[in-house]
Amino acid sequence: MFDRLDFSFQAGDFVCLTGKNGSGKSTFLRFLAGFIHPEQGELAYRRADDMFSEIVPDDFLLSGHQNGLKPGMTLRENADFFVRLMTGTPASSSILENATEIFSMAALLDEPVQYFSSGQRHRAALMRFALVDRQIWLMDEPTVGLDADNRAALASLITGHTARGGIVVAATHDPLGVPGVTLDMDAFQPAGLALEEAWL
Amino acid sequence: MHRFANPAQFNRLADAILPWAIGAMVLLFAAGLYTAFFASPPDYQQGESVRVMYIHAPAAWMAMFIYMVMAVASFTALVWRHPLALLAGRATAPLGAMFTALALLTGMLWGKPMWGTYWVWDGRLTSVLILFFLYLGYMALWQSVEDEEKAGRAASILALVGVVNIPIIKFSVDWWSTLHQPASVIRLDGPTIDGSMLLPLLLMAAAYQAYFIVVFLWRMKLEINRRKLAVARQAMMHAPVGAE
Amino acid sequence: MSAGQQTSMVSVFTAIVRRDVRLAWSQGGGSLLALGFFLIAVSLFPFGVGPAPQVLARIAPGVIWVVALMAAVISIDRLFQADFEDGSLDDLMLAPLGTFGMVTAKVLAHWLSTTLPLAIMAPALGVLMNLPDGAYATLIASLLIGTPALSLIGSVGAALTVAVRRGGVLMLLLILPLYVPTLIFGVGAVDAAVSLTDPLPHLALLGATTLIAAVVGLFASTAALKLAME
Repeated sequence: MFDRLDFSFQAGDFVCLTGKNGSGKSTFLRFLAGFIHPEQGELAYRRADDMFSEIVPDDFLLSGHQNGLKPGMTLRENADFFVRLMTGTPASSSILENATEIFSMAALLDEPVQYFSSGQRHRAALMRFALVDRQIWLMDEPTVGLDADNRAALASLITGHTARGGIVVAATHDPLGVPGVTLDMDAFQPAGLALEEAWL
Repeated sequence: MHRFANPAQFNRLADAILPWAIGAMVLLFAAGLYTAFFASPPDYQQGESVRVMYIHAPAAWMAMFIYMVMAVASFTALVWRHPLALLAGRATAPLGAMFTALALLTGMLWGKPMWGTYWVWDGRLTSVLILFFLYLGYMALWQSVEDEEKAGRAASILALVGVVNIPIIKFSVDWWSTLHQPASVIRLDGPTIDGSMLLPLLLMAAAYQAYFIVVFLWRMKLEINRRKLAVARQAMMHAPVGAE
Repeated sequence: MSAGQQTSMVSVFTAIVRRDVRLAWSQGGGSLLALGFFLIAVSLFPFGVGPAPQVLARIAPGVIWVVALMAAVISIDRLFQADFEDGSLDDLMLAPLGTFGMVTAKVLAHWLSTTLPLAIMAPALGVLMNLPDGAYATLIASLLIGTPALSLIGSVGAALTVAVRRGGVLMLLLILPLYVPTLIFGVGAVDAAVSLTDPLPHLALLGATTLIAAVVGLFASTAALKLAME
């Protein structure tokens, strides 16, 4: 999929992945999250204590193409399960309120997700970044379907996170006005098919 | 291990072995079939119908043997990510299913004169039937996942689950059939097998092995070529001129 | 930040189990369907073989076990697929519990929500099938010991076919042969009770089969899921 991919991110980075459709932005996010293993080379994390480790799923939050919500459950139940799943503790009401405020979802908190519009579902999925405290955020197309207010909310969420030393990696062409670095995935497209050439 | 990972090297090796394997196969089949049908005595109890055994028993051995080959290939594919091992699993499965079917079919033909019916739920027949189902599942899984690499590895996991289960299935079925069958059924596999019967049995087993090697190598070459074609097609799609 | 923060794995595990049990019993869940199938499918047999009480009593253990097995299979094919389709499988696999623990929680939830109710409902179907009085305790015991194997082996099939469209039928093909030992020992136990012999050896073998299924099933499901999510 990728060739000669060599990169490093550090605390406080906001990284925009750009590139053509099919250049592997989503794949790259899933690679960072540890779903996909490289055929050659490795992915290492250096933690605050200067220890390297191969993979630290405890440090990630990923929002993918699908929103990961159960339609039969209310937003509150979905959020509560997510927090329990990621931390083992129930969601405190202050955290839950704060998270709903960000994307103005408070009125929808006790509605079943099946009645949400696709935009509302997308915002409900983005709420996870305010619900659980993790250092590295992986976002796949976070700006799709957001109006001006919610774009501003997402931008301030990201700025706040990087200011606290977090890392945000987002597959998007729209940096939301947040200063950051751009990683063009087109640059890592293999020239020919290096991995498979043994077959030719 | 990865010395044979190179498909070109494998092809050369296959081409070197094939003529010898084909020659051995023809000779062994000629000798095996001749001794089985002409140069061995009829059984004093079963008469001429004992000759089905020479086709049947080695086929059942092959059915088990090929599953083990498939399991080893699957293990190699999963643990060492050996690119040819996936193809080897795929190449062996239909052969295994074929020998299993042959064992079942000849078992039924043998059952008619022996038991008066084509099918009894005898422990051996039943185990072989379930083995046949396991082969079908393996091949069906290969068929249904679109990404070949993933399909092969999923099928490999299934093959390994199957290989752990085969002894359990075998044990449970044997236990079940002794529970349900009247004790009067003749055990077909007495330990006292005469030398005149052993020879055709072993010759046929060797002939089947040679056949397996020949067809396996042919199928591997076919799979490699198929894979080469797929890679060449992909390379054409990714050619810099006119991309996107 | 989160580094060093202790996570209670037990509460993550319980959260997954509770969620899955709840989803199985809510709108669109599979448990009621499986129970309904169990009831109706067993009731069809008297129409097929005739209502003679001694015939029904003879086939009762086998019929109840085979249909319970079918009911377990048709409900387990969505074990991972529903979460795969709505994206929550990503979250489940990234949770601090890890894939192996998550698979264990989901299999336990399937057993609690679907196969355990089947075992509880079985005596009622025993009455319909004219099962002899002495065999009820063994029927329940055999189902309690044997049904975890159905969920465990079923999860392998569910994980292998998670990304396959129309994976349900394929899953049946993959796992039904693997159910044979469980079926044999389960029915064997009830048959022994019917014929007034000791069902304990059968139950012991059934338990051994379930234990092996636990080891093989959980590892294979975990491997298959990781493969599917690549």
